[in-house]
Amino acid sequence: MSSTMAILPATWDMYDLVQSFLRTPTYHLVVEVCLVLLIIKLIFSKSYKPEKMVLSEKEKEELIAEWTPEPLVPDIPEDHPVIQLMEKNIVTGPPGKYINIRQKSCINMATMNFLGMVANKTIEDEAVRCIKKYGVGSCGPRGFYGTMDVHLDLESKLATFMDCEEAIIYSYGFATISSAIPAYSKRGDVIFCDEGVSFAIQKGLVASRSEIQFFKHNDMEDLERLLQEQAVKDKKNPKKAKVTRRFIVVEGLYLNYGDICPLPKIVELKWKYKVRIFLEESFSFGVLGEAGKGVTEYFGIEVDQIDLITASLENAISSIGGFCVGKKYVIDHQRLSGLGYCFSASQPPLLAAAAAQALMLMQEDPGMMIKLRENCLKLHEGLTSINGIKVVGLPHSPVKHLRLVEPSDDRDLDNQTLQLVADRAIENKVACTVARYLEKEEKFLPPPSIRIAVNCQLESTELDTVISVLAKSFNEVFAL
Amino acid sequence: MDFSSGKLEKPVNGIKKHKNGHTNGLNGKNGKSHKLTNWKDDFHESFEETPLVAAMLTYLSYFIMVVVGYIRENLRYYGLETDRTINEPKREGFVPLYQSWESFYTRNMYRRVRDCWNRPLGSIAGAFIDVLVRHSDDHNWNLELTGKKIRAMNLGSYNYLGFSENEGPCADSAIDKAIEAGVGVCSTRQELGYAAVHKELDDITAQFLGVEAAVTFPMGFATNSMNLPCLMQKGCLLLSDELNHASLVLGSRLTGSTIRVFKHNNMEDLEKKLKTAIIEGQPRTHRPWKKILIVVEGVYSMEGSIIKLPEILRLKKKYKAYVYLDEAHSIGALGPHGRGVTDYFGIDPKEVDIMMGTFTKSFGAAGGYIGGSKKMINYLKTYSHSAVYSSVMSPPVAQQVITTMNIIMGKNGNNDGLRRIRQLAWNTRYFRRRLQELGFIVYGNKDSPVVPILIYYPAKVVAFGRKCLAEGLGIVLVGFPATPIIESRARLCLSAAHTKEMLDKALETLDKFGTELKMKYSKKSRKSEFREDDSNLMLH
Repeated sequence: MSSTMAILPATWDMYDLVQSFLRTPTYHLVVEVCLVLLIIKLIFSKSYKPEKMVLSEKEKEELIAEWTPEPLVPDIPEDHPVIQLMEKNIVTGPPGKYINIRQKSCINMATMNFLGMVANKTIEDEAVRCIKKYGVGSCGPRGFYGTMDVHLDLESKLATFMDCEEAIIYSYGFATISSAIPAYSKRGDVIFCDEGVSFAIQKGLVASRSEIQFFKHNDMEDLERLLQEQAVKDKKNPKKAKVTRRFIVVEGLYLNYGDICPLPKIVELKWKYKVRIFLEESFSFGVLGEAGKGVTEYFGIEVDQIDLITASLENAISSIGGFCVGKKYVIDHQRLSGLGYCFSASQPPLLAAAAAQALMLMQEDPGMMIKLRENCLKLHEGLTSINGIKVVGLPHSPVKHLRLVEPSDDRDLDNQTLQLVADRAIENKVACTVARYLEKEEKFLPPPSIRIAVNCQLESTELDTVISVLAKSFNEVFAL
Repeated sequence: MDFSSGKLEKPVNGIKKHKNGHTNGLNGKNGKSHKLTNWKDDFHESFEETPLVAAMLTYLSYFIMVVVGYIRENLRYYGLETDRTINEPKREGFVPLYQSWESFYTRNMYRRVRDCWNRPLGSIAGAFIDVLVRHSDDHNWNLELTGKKIRAMNLGSYNYLGFSENEGPCADSAIDKAIEAGVGVCSTRQELGYAAVHKELDDITAQFLGVEAAVTFPMGFATNSMNLPCLMQKGCLLLSDELNHASLVLGSRLTGSTIRVFKHNNMEDLEKKLKTAIIEGQPRTHRPWKKILIVVEGVYSMEGSIIKLPEILRLKKKYKAYVYLDEAHSIGALGPHGRGVTDYFGIDPKEVDIMMGTFTKSFGAAGGYIGGSKKMINYLKTYSHSAVYSSVMSPPVAQQVITTMNIIMGKNGNNDGLRRIRQLAWNTRYFRRRLQELGFIVYGNKDSPVVPILIYYPAKVVAFGRKCLAEGLGIVLVGFPATPIIESRARLCLSAAHTKEMLDKALETLDKFGTELKMKYSKKSRKSEFREDDSNLMLH
């Protein structure tokens, strides 16, 4: 070794390296060389793949021939009660204060015609004027020559009415909220939602693919608990928390329960936990508040505190469609990301004009809202006196549910009982309906009920008739 | 078409038969008995390749725009340029609603040219429209109406049979219905919203389509997104075309089934996917699929292609799948009797399991329908999301559809319906032939009334749109993200309300600007393989 070292010049860079190499014990060199050879072998050897099961052509043909699909739809009998009922209850004429079914003119307690706009002459005239100018359909989506001046007019009227910066119109009430939620909330965001929300909101939540946390209906402690849990999670992972948007989705007036969300407390929670509020006002627009502006006016909260208010034009306004109002930076986003706005034909102009006219009527005569409230209170008082049922809903809510005090375990049986009551009521010229749900699809199925919708045009005598007919029908059916 | 010659029998359901059993005018061939295997002889579509130079330069244009966009964004961020974006106020602790990069495209590219979209009209969307002029002082950040109007020919609205009219039998019947039954209904189908006019509409739709039963809804988009989840659940497979409409995509996602996408109108790819699906079963568990549904459209509005329906039905029978056919753009617009894609190919509509369509395009109304077997329609009437939770159609809108269907079926006593169908078919062939002769690249089938003209360069697309409007021609421009990034196009929709003179004038304008902007990329021969006078079409 020393002879080898003597050959090399001492100033060479690698001198130290070669010296240490020659000094190492043999076993060390052997181990190192083996390791290097093993690494080279692993790099160049083929990776292990488990044998793929390959079927022969004959086996494939057999599999294809054997497979039988389920029928496209499950068997449904021709005389399914729902279909029979629809055929029996075909409506003729306008469904206004009186509705014409089974050749009888009944007092209409079923349709959501809260402000009596359905058979209004001025609205009809507006609609006719629009058909004479624009035809019926708009023949295109908003982006491609489907925007007419009536749409822009309605949007600006709604924004002014609600004291908001901008409004956006959809052509269908259901599509409004179910397109609005997925436009803002995506995968990875968190939505806190009330259990009692309507089906349209549930579909919007599913379409958004966000994480959904339901809190008990109108239970602010439960909501605060969930928010605190989320805050704890955020503290653990601040990086993720910085990009997770959080929303609360509530309804102003709940269709399924007839009660109002505690908005002041929700706004308080919003500022405390930094969540945004989406408020769905389909049943409170035109109903609550002095001017009918909805639940924000009812509680005296500034509309700026709510990030997005959506509502359907299919209830108090008696048109077809929906709208969202809010600040410009919020609403403008939906013009390119709202699926039901961009990829669908715009609202037929006659419906937009009818809605604008209805809005004007609402503004001209705020007495309608007062009369509606009075009717609701009177009706509530009368209905609570009926034995065997409980009236679910606030006294001044125009949507009331009549539920059995002693429900049986069988939901179908309860529905049948209530349907008998409704049939009897129709025979006695008061039209009401059993509330319909998709039992398998609803997340939190409400119990069976008859749903009453109050109209502001009803006179005191008519309300008395309604109460007495319902009382009689219930008593007769319970006696069976 | 000479009805007095005595050779044609009285129409049954709007379809006239010769005494020898043949039906006239099918697919452009006169009097030939139609066999399914012959459809390929008369099926002609073209999707010319993007020219290489155009593709490269288009990428370059987008690259330049992105770079300029970044520079401007930075200028705005550092305050060197006034920031006119509508920003959300910075609130302490709130996670921003939008990521700043999400709307980069909107702020820096779409915003520059957004006067080409959302153009408001002051009139009916018929053959001619009054476009309200908008003006911007600050480069399209804010647009205001000036009060002026431009009278333009309408090649943008979906008005295939020209029923978007404000006078005539349709408008009159709609007005009568509005007075008789009101405008709003305020209730769902199952809760006393179902009126006599809806029943009539359901029945006449079923009759028009040639199926057992039909059910109608007030919004076409919602028809797809609310009924697909009703028919398909977890454990089913949806085979969806690449270019399906957003409503079909949303509906498919809401079903919870597995979705597999096959290449556009590519039957080999579809067959391969069907085979693999049945052989391998569900992913991971390998259990057999519960149901397989093929979701396709009749006419694809961005490509102008017509679905190869006979092939799809052959595959359906072989692999026992179900077919969902969305005829939004083809109902009323295709076929010698206006009954859509099944009529075009001469197929019995009962072979398609679920026939869906909309009333917005050819009927001048709004809404959608689903037609099929009585069992399926009863199921939808009972369990559809729309029947239980959302409003029914407005009566005047429903009446408009009823009247137009009666006209198309010829039930009103004159041949107005047939005239419109023939006019549209003639217009389509003539317009496409002339465009090909002028040298434009036009995608699609020779019979599709949707005509996309490829322009590629974003600047040219916008220039073309603005120049055409100034000359009195209203067209629709489509770019990213509705189309692939380099294939921006102008999409024209023909209508039976257009006369030959109107089309000639439009072609003149298109020719003029096409030459000026150097948009004539086609390398094919200028002589087209089809002509508009080889079918028995009636001109008046």
